[in-house]
Amino acid sequence: MVNVIWGCFLLLGLVYGFLTGKVEVMNQEILSCGSRSLELFLSLFPMMILWSGIMKIAEKAGILSFLARRMRPLFSILFPELEADDPALEYIASNLTINLLGIHNASTPFGLKAMQCLQEKNPKKDTATKSMITFLVLNTSGVTLIASDILAVRSSMGASVPTDLLFLTIVATLLNTFLALLYNAFLARRSS
Amino acid sequence: MNFLAIGSYLLPLVVFLILLVGLWKKVPLFDTFVEGAKDGIRLGFQVFPCLLGMIFGVNLLLKSSLITDIFQLFSPFFTKLHIPVEILPMALVRPISGNASFAMMIDLFQTYGVDSFLGRVAALMQGATDTTIYVISLYFGSIGIKNIRYALKAGLFADLVTFLMSLLFVSLFF
Repeated sequence: MVNVIWGCFLLLGLVYGFLTGKVEVMNQEILSCGSRSLELFLSLFPMMILWSGIMKIAEKAGILSFLARRMRPLFSILFPELEADDPALEYIASNLTINLLGIHNASTPFGLKAMQCLQEKNPKKDTATKSMITFLVLNTSGVTLIASDILAVRSSMGASVPTDLLFLTIVATLLNTFLALLYNAFLARRSS
Repeated sequence: MNFLAIGSYLLPLVVFLILLVGLWKKVPLFDTFVEGAKDGIRLGFQVFPCLLGMIFGVNLLLKSSLITDIFQLFSPFFTKLHIPVEILPMALVRPISGNASFAMMIDLFQTYGVDSFLGRVAALMQGATDTTIYVISLYFGSIGIKNIRYALKAGLFADLVTFLMSLLFVSLFF
């Protein structure tokens, strides 16, 4: 699936670029994309290392399992096929907590860790499990309470009341997460 | 400026709390940190190839301007539905690239104003959802999942709902 999407992106982009005579733009893109992704990676990578370190402390201190325990009622509804003490749930809990706080770069390492844990118990290694997709939906629907980067931009560009969207953003993110989870449950039932 | 204050306290506070509990539970702080940081390095190297590939694909598509051109074609249809065409390219890019849609949001702010209808819809859309295709390719790519089943459908559904809700909310409340 990812293979098909990726292929389509490239082929469509290239073909349309040829047709509209943007060969120069294409050239530039192909030549500069490596260094630009390295730039992005270099801004992400130290964050990953730092937060993996700090969160290891959180893990050893029992904070992660505390959070996971707190979220257990929620998790038993969302991930019925996981055991209550599954290590993946601890990472999912920390990923969600950090996302709620709006620190997206810092939440990625936990999301990846959670996926690794889920993968260990996956009988078919190349196929996504129900829990993996549910977790993914939680992430892509973007449960965020404070979108601090947008607040910052809005206030710096002269919004009269930069916070006036804060409440609506929270309502929108909770509502879309809820609806996406419902739809996800429907799809899961249909596919099994 | 209250909210900015909250935002800037958040990160140091999280770090502080973690260290405090760690200290209290007698975790060897620095050793544990280094141990975890090494995991972070491994993780980073696993992720980089996915990241590079995705940026390559997404940017070639965006730079060919295929997406923006398509919307020009359908503009009469969207006008009938009372959906402003100006917001559509961003709505389509939102699930593909968070950075690109963030840039498009700022562009809308500059062209139409931060407090304009379009500006508010853009801000809501940027804040209330996350980059579906990026998350899918990163998370599934890192563990080698090839068959993602209905994940894309479910993820894009959230984006569509957010888009419609942003339009609705801003027209209702402002």
